[in-house]
Amino acid sequence: MRPLRLLVAIASAFLVLLVAAPAWACGGLVNSNGSVTLVRTTTMAAYHQGIEHYVTSFQFAGGEGEFGSIIPLPGVPTRVIRGGDWTLQRLVQETQAQRTAALAFDAGAEAAPAAAKVILKTEIDALDIVVLEGGGTAVGTWAREHGFFLPPDAPEVLDFYAERSPIFMTVRFDADRAAEQGLAEGDGTPVHVVIPTTNPWVPLRILGLGAAADAPVEAGVYLLTDVEPAMLPVPVEPGIAAKLPPEVRPGLILQQSSSASTSLLADLRSDTGMKWLPSDEMWLTYLRLDARAGDLDYDLAIDASGAGQPSPVAAGLEPVPAPDPVRFDGFGAALWTAVGILVVLGVAGLFERRRSGRPAV
Amino acid sequence: MVRSGLVAALLVSAAACSPASATSDARTIEIDIHYSRFDPAVIDVRRGETVRFVIANTDPIDHEFIVGDEAVQDAHELGTESYHPPRPGEVTVPSGETVETTYRFEGGNLIFGCHLPGHYAYGMRGLAVVGL
Repeated sequence: MRPLRLLVAIASAFLVLLVAAPAWACGGLVNSNGSVTLVRTTTMAAYHQGIEHYVTSFQFAGGEGEFGSIIPLPGVPTRVIRGGDWTLQRLVQETQAQRTAALAFDAGAEAAPAAAKVILKTEIDALDIVVLEGGGTAVGTWAREHGFFLPPDAPEVLDFYAERSPIFMTVRFDADRAAEQGLAEGDGTPVHVVIPTTNPWVPLRILGLGAAADAPVEAGVYLLTDVEPAMLPVPVEPGIAAKLPPEVRPGLILQQSSSASTSLLADLRSDTGMKWLPSDEMWLTYLRLDARAGDLDYDLAIDASGAGQPSPVAAGLEPVPAPDPVRFDGFGAALWTAVGILVVLGVAGLFERRRSGRPAV
Repeated sequence: MVRSGLVAALLVSAAACSPASATSDARTIEIDIHYSRFDPAVIDVRRGETVRFVIANTDPIDHEFIVGDEAVQDAHELGTESYHPPRPGEVTVPSGETVETTYRFEGGNLIFGCHLPGHYAYGMRGLAVVGL
């Protein structure tokens, strides 16, 4: 394998994939820095008036490799733009004192095209971003044909997501542009994705993609919603998490759930692209994910409507319902049409027989 | 002398081609690869039996099918081949394709596995139980 040239630590951390590996075959070809690099991630998923605003940061780590990522989305984004410069940092600051984002989709996705369809392409600083629509196999094939290396669990995980939403966003650093822009190791590029959707959702399972079953997966997820959200799986309280044995990772921990302070909202609104955020009456939820990769077989479903009914399907806890068989009302319409025609024909036949003087049978 | 040598060479050549006829008599075992798993993951063969494997990969990623003992598997796990030419019991299975390889089983139980990065550790291996 050629030397790795560019390493991207994914601060938002979804699926981290080695890009443009020229020759993969026998094991041991993966550089010791790994085909998959999981780092602690921080994301924000804010939801207001039916629009999810997802902000995350992709961190340039320098080095000799090319890395990219695939992020499942809850729906088709209307915009993918450069994120503000301090949104994530300000959220961390807001919750740091007490100790320590969301992605969503519309469940019941329509059938995905057989081949992945590119529905949006854009560049943000040194990032090349492509939004795709397609099933797991189609998106995986597209990624492979475009130089992404997918780890062995990718086929199953991509299907897991595509069954609910066939929308994915691929992100990769352009090494030449990164050099031109003088990106230094640790520099982050925030990305803001605007997604109309019925409820926010945070993909968590994909954080463990490519990781060994025992590998820890850690992430910080900030939610900003109009009302206090209901979540599934239900996160554990910090007090309960603290009582668990050290070898047991608790999963989702609810670190903070409170009205967002006006100072926080004011600061966030002053950042680039954040004017949509209300200046008051928003609810801030901060969740910390601390899980074994092998246990991370769920996502975070959120009901931000106040109804308190997060979807177990969106959480990955229940399978996507099978499509309706032949709908009865459709069949009924055809049946009643046929019955109607027969009745008309029968009446006509009766008439004809009476006119010809033969008794009706 | 030269003629007899040529005849001998032809005979050797014919003998070298004998695996082809063995292939035509071989039992066929179909292996599906889905979600980076072999199905079936355990097969039963007889010692001395030649098996024609037909391997279908429905995943969007490439895989391998390597038959051999632990030493063979270890060698491939540390190997450097980017692509496996169709040697008996060793074949690359590109995404979405179906390939064949033929292998004659001798000795004890063998493993079949994939050694693309991370695949073997992920559990992409199966067992060929070699009976009498």
